[in-house]
Amino acid sequence: MNDCDERVLSAEALAIAAQTALNEGHRFEMAYARPTPHGPEILYLVNRGRGRPFLLLRVQGVREVPSLAAIAPLLGWYEREMMELSGIAVTGHPEPYPLLIHEGRRLSVPPLGEDPEEPVWSGEAAPPTMPEIEADQVQDLVWGPIRGDVLETGEFHFSYIGEAIIHYHARLGYKHRGLERRFQGLPAALGVPMAERVSGVGSVCHALAYCQAVEAALGIDVPPRARLLRTLLAEIERLYNHCHYFALLAKTTTLKVAAAEAELLEERVKQMAGRLTGSRFLRNLLCVGGLRRDIGHEGLDRVLTELGRDIHAHLDRLGRTAGYLDRLIGTGVLARDVAFDQGATGPVARASGLDRDMRRDHPYAAYGDLRFLVPVREAGDAKARADVRGESVREALALIAQASARLTPGPIRAQAPGKTSGEGLGWAETPRGSLFYAVHVEEGRLARVKIKSPSFSNWRVFPFTVHASNMMDYAINEASFGLTIAGVDR
Amino acid sequence: MPLWTWVGLKAGKATTAWPGRGADGQEGVYGMPRLDATRCQPDCIGCAAHCPTGAISAAPRVALDYGHCIACQACVEACPAGALQTSSDWAFAVRDRDDLVWREDGRPGAPTRPAPATGTFAKSLHIRHIDAGSCNGCESELAALNNPFYNLHRLGIFFTPSPRFADVLLVTGPVVEAMRAPLLAAYAAMPEPRFVVATGTCAVSGAPFAAGYGGGGGVSPLIPVDVWLPGCPPNPAALIQALLVLQGRMPVRVRGGRYEP
Repeated sequence: MNDCDERVLSAEALAIAAQTALNEGHRFEMAYARPTPHGPEILYLVNRGRGRPFLLLRVQGVREVPSLAAIAPLLGWYEREMMELSGIAVTGHPEPYPLLIHEGRRLSVPPLGEDPEEPVWSGEAAPPTMPEIEADQVQDLVWGPIRGDVLETGEFHFSYIGEAIIHYHARLGYKHRGLERRFQGLPAALGVPMAERVSGVGSVCHALAYCQAVEAALGIDVPPRARLLRTLLAEIERLYNHCHYFALLAKTTTLKVAAAEAELLEERVKQMAGRLTGSRFLRNLLCVGGLRRDIGHEGLDRVLTELGRDIHAHLDRLGRTAGYLDRLIGTGVLARDVAFDQGATGPVARASGLDRDMRRDHPYAAYGDLRFLVPVREAGDAKARADVRGESVREALALIAQASARLTPGPIRAQAPGKTSGEGLGWAETPRGSLFYAVHVEEGRLARVKIKSPSFSNWRVFPFTVHASNMMDYAINEASFGLTIAGVDR
Repeated sequence: MPLWTWVGLKAGKATTAWPGRGADGQEGVYGMPRLDATRCQPDCIGCAAHCPTGAISAAPRVALDYGHCIACQACVEACPAGALQTSSDWAFAVRDRDDLVWREDGRPGAPTRPAPATGTFAKSLHIRHIDAGSCNGCESELAALNNPFYNLHRLGIFFTPSPRFADVLLVTGPVVEAMRAPLLAAYAAMPEPRFVVATGTCAVSGAPFAAGYGGGGGVSPLIPVDVWLPGCPPNPAALIQALLVLQGRMPVRVRGGRYEP
């Protein structure tokens, strides 16, 4: 795998290797299993920090591995997913409950295992596994799977006394589309429209991470102009996502005018995206090797100057609104060690003092040539998360200006490669945090695609800020995390 | 708070008057590819071979089902003869599923089903949205309907939290396994008459997620559909057009797969 130091281990040696990595302050990014002719292979990706290659631990030919969740809690969800979807037995798991395939439901074969047969559903859905609470006056609230307004599907359980939340459980997986299996067998080029539709508001970053993974696997070198344009598109995506974030945060803090203003800013960015690329979500442009077609960015600077001025003014006004700040300060505090251990990423991690950003630490596209700051806060509350997002907007505007100023005419697509098989890792720092694609290509077709979306990490973390908080703050806290569900459920 | 009141007043009106007059906000946005089969080269299957969703069949005769089209423009790039062209044809709401299918012997201009939500419903409509496994692209555009530019309320159309208060069930996503029961329950909870809008290509046909254990075939295998709106995702103006087509306040523009300007 590209950009990785690799170690092949036995299942018995896994725990020691993991502990060694953790002792050095490294953090796991993801884990997944894939079928091979010699039985399943289980891969663990470790991030060793800025500028250093990743560490890839491979355990080969086993169907059973010991759980690492007790020492690396963020791996808990990856292990549960491997049990459910890849048919791997993970022994000694502290939370061996269903994750995406709900209680009571079964699949005839593991969809990402060795059996090529299409899985068939059976069983009746049962309630989720939750702790029993023995106390007087406890109320249970189930919200979902169909919620109010225009929201993604998810089921949320609150146990509370008065205003105080005792326990919170987010049951996701309602939107599971079996996407990783859906990729399998496709020609590598046809994976791009799929990747763009894993998480719609992350179309560019998903396509980018996917393309970079395939390019690494097949040894394709993307021309400089395409790298700059990819960077430009990814930052425009960040811009409309962050505007949306501030609209939601204003809505939950009952600032109707501020919400409307931010929604209008988001709409202006989307309309600009439409004019620039033909797609409000910047879709249908990226391809393996570069871009499908060139885009003219004339007039972009002027539009962005106006937009930037209005976005800055909006953020400044929010920063002077006491009612808004009051609701954010001290709300949903995520401690730094919890953020690290449970795998927080993106603005959520940076608001809890973790100085991590894939664009700077492991540069891709044209980020290595551009200058930008990575905002970090220590407080870990909703205010800190909003501050990090706010500063990221300013950095995104600066990045777009730099990237467009550096554009020179040139090719936008690399020639088709000679290689047709290989494995590759691609990543992107999306508006919500780190996104990884690992692809295994055989004879030009996708044999296995693993997707680690940022919200998969942050949904795991989020409940830690809900327990022992109160019902009134819940919506504000959730908005301050800026989560999506499509990318988690896949 | 007084600061925001002042800001709101000073900002003035941002709302478009479209579809009456004014901009629809979709300048430069691509719609579905337009097909001119007279330019097709004999025995060419370039478009069909490059379509990621199987929307096009090329042999023996070309046929295009816009109900499977995600407007990715791959066919346009693959076509050597210019028979497929990019277009701004995004107002694709139809009341007959067949109207989304382009066939050589198709009948443009054939009569379509009458608008179902007329009378009282043409003045006020309440929508319950259900995400049945979408990528969140449709939700992003649905949420945009209430932004100051489109301001859906001005047309007398509102989102409502409960299916019991809803006239319209607006479904996004291919209807994945776990969402079948919640969708049926929501539909059963609605008072009659009730209307269903299959929103986005996923909800129309399941494409590109029709296949596999995690896929779904769209809304129509489960509940009857009144308006079909393909698009990936449909833009906010297309969503407005679909709702007005349901009410008979805007005409259907697509007959037999042909877009009528």
